[in-house]
Amino acid sequence: MPTITMPELQFGEVFANIDLLLEACGLTLALWAVALAAGLSGGLLVGLARISPRRWIAWPARGYVELFRNTPVLVQLIWFYYALPVLSGIQLPAFAAAALALSLNASAYCAEIYRGGIQSVAAGQWEAGRALGMGRLRLLRRIILPLAVRRMVPAFTNRAVELAKNTSVASIITVHELMYTARLFSSQNYIPMETFTVVAMIYFLLIYPFTLASYALERRFAAGRA
Amino acid sequence: MTVAGDVVLQVEDLHKSFGSTEVLKGIDLSVRRGERIAILGSSGSGKSTLLRCLNVLEMPTRGRLILDGEAVGKPAAGGGTRYREAELNRLRARVGMVFQQFNLFPHMTALENVMEGPLSVLGRSRAEARRTAQRHLERVGLGGKAEAHPARLSGGQQQRVAIARALAMDPEVLLFDEPTSSLDPELVGEVLGVINDLSEDGRTMLLVTHELGFAYHFATRILFLHEGRILEDGPPEQVLKSPREERTRRFLDRFTAFRF
Amino acid sequence: MGYVWDFFAVARNADILLAGLGQTLLLSVCGIAVGVAIGGVLAAMRLSGRRTLSWPALAFTEFYRNTPPLVHFFWFFYGLPMAFGLTLPPFAAALAALGVQSAAFFAEVFRGGILSVETGQWEAGRALGMGRARLMRRIILPQAARRMAAPFVERSFELVKTTTLAAALAFHETIYSAMVIVTQTYRPLEVYTVVAGLFFIVLFSASQVAEWLEARGRRAGAR
Ligand SMILES: Nc1ncnc2c1ncn2[C@@H]1O[C@H](COP(=O)(O)OP(=O)(O)OP(=O)(O)O)[C@@H](O)[C@H]1O
Ligand SMILES: [Mg+2]
Repeated sequence: MPTITMPELQFGEVFANIDLLLEACGLTLALWAVALAAGLSGGLLVGLARISPRRWIAWPARGYVELFRNTPVLVQLIWFYYALPVLSGIQLPAFAAAALALSLNASAYCAEIYRGGIQSVAAGQWEAGRALGMGRLRLLRRIILPLAVRRMVPAFTNRAVELAKNTSVASIITVHELMYTARLFSSQNYIPMETFTVVAMIYFLLIYPFTLASYALERRFAAGRA
Repeated sequence: MTVAGDVVLQVEDLHKSFGSTEVLKGIDLSVRRGERIAILGSSGSGKSTLLRCLNVLEMPTRGRLILDGEAVGKPAAGGGTRYREAELNRLRARVGMVFQQFNLFPHMTALENVMEGPLSVLGRSRAEARRTAQRHLERVGLGGKAEAHPARLSGGQQQRVAIARALAMDPEVLLFDEPTSSLDPELVGEVLGVINDLSEDGRTMLLVTHELGFAYHFATRILFLHEGRILEDGPPEQVLKSPREERTRRFLDRFTAFRF
Repeated sequence: MGYVWDFFAVARNADILLAGLGQTLLLSVCGIAVGVAIGGVLAAMRLSGRRTLSWPALAFTEFYRNTPPLVHFFWFFYGLPMAFGLTLPPFAAALAALGVQSAAFFAEVFRGGILSVETGQWEAGRALGMGRARLMRRIILPQAARRMAAPFVERSFELVKTTTLAAALAFHETIYSAMVIVTQTYRPLEVYTVVAGLFFIVLFSASQVAEWLEARGRRAGAR
């Protein structure tokens, strides 16, 4: 029987080195920002391709989206860091590999949000635009997207939250972001409980504002519809 | 008066507030067994709230509710009344309610809807519940629709199933809250016909409605509610043809403006 | 042109990989079971209408929904046991982390499904004199279950993908097994491509089945 000792927690130790963890947040935020920006823009292109009436455009887009949504993000990160160099002959730095994988991942999810949003715009709007003699692209840009984007905002906010959580996985391919730094720190100081509790709090403080924003947006959207 | 039974439901100084707005401002009412009472009043006057207080879907803020000589709830410190959940459930089982929106259970067939109360509240056997349910469906003219789900029924048929569901509990008092207000005009007649047929059972019924003609023929007594108070209470002949209050007259005039 | 693919390197070690996949599925199933059990309690607490119950449940779900699962894997593997002078096997730690994290999400699925049932259904049941528990079981849950199905499946898929993080605890699931094979064969491209393919096949076919079932359920629901 192992004897259970009551823990003596040393949160002071963690807070004494909090600047180490906060500095590491920089890379976490950078990864988040890059992937989110890429996801929002790349996702639009893929989303539009997804709803193209031309199959040779729509099908590869669908394949891409399904591939990234049906594989774990860790597999994606590992593939771009360890497998891709074998194929391309170029070893990406860990941060670049992580940014690339997370960007492609975010694009796939955002593409579905764009697609859903665009398809949720009533057929009447398409017809009204066509009746004015607008082409498909102009119609999308001037009528459909402005209408759809408002409804997509809560979903994008949600996606931003998931993405922020995913950045921590980059620690496994040695990106020195918050999670990596935390593991290093905890193993050097033998205070994993304290370290990971504080790190969880830091993540929560980074992420929760987005969740609160998405609640507010959803409420506003629900009220606007009623 | 055509009926003169004992008092089945008594309401004393009933008040109901939602937050700071008082919706019912002191209702006194005594309902005799077998009475058929139509409740009239403009929108927002508190008709639904009154009905919902009678089977305690809403808890009264103040006042007393006496069913069959038994007071509902225990007096609490501070003048209010305390209700126990089990007691309320027993009371609701004895006071039936038919809603404006039917509120049928969509995952059950018409027959299962009607069986549900006897089965899970009255503890009847499945066979017996099925027998009575079928009988009540036939009573409302839907014996052939027993196996249909609500989504497959018209609004009028759904409301008739809802009436059968309430009847299957054999309630002492049956409440109707605008049972035809969400129906297409051509379906109103079939539901009112069913309600009218129930008169012969001698069951006590309270009906909120905007169908003045039906109220005139169906009811033994009419209440006119205005801003949370009973303004008028009497036989149909008197309330509808020679109301005491100016308010009531104005309300009735709006219904007769386009009569042809 | 220069690179010669060699999938035999993977095929020779297929047993290791398949054993890993088995562990992934085992962890997934256990994780879903724990998550559903705790999630059900959390949802009941949030719907209880009592602040002493609903607020702790709210804090719990919000915390675990807004922090990365990987932190919780490490917390349960290194943090909790070391603080108490114990050790936890990787499977137990991973299961605990997955369980509480997915519980937060499952709780939202359950709560959302129950709240989506119209108030008229509650009122109709109460008007018949049904007690809260019976009303829940006979009227509300059967209707809520239909609406929970799709988000429930989605959360379960997320959970399956999240189990891969247990590789960081040296738990022998699919990715960890792949890493073992890579160290023996030096064929990361083939191994990791196959791993991606495996996950894709499992998850994509499962999602197609779920979609088909859901469409059938919708048709049945519209009877
Ligand atoms: N749950 C509630 N919360 C707050 N206010 C309520 C609630 N239920 C009813 N009210 C308010 O009480 C007042 C009376 O409502 P009630 O539904 O009883 O009127 P009514 O006479 O049935 O009207 P209608 O003919 O439109 O059905 C209204 O002003 C309504 O807004
Ligand atoms: Mg009303």
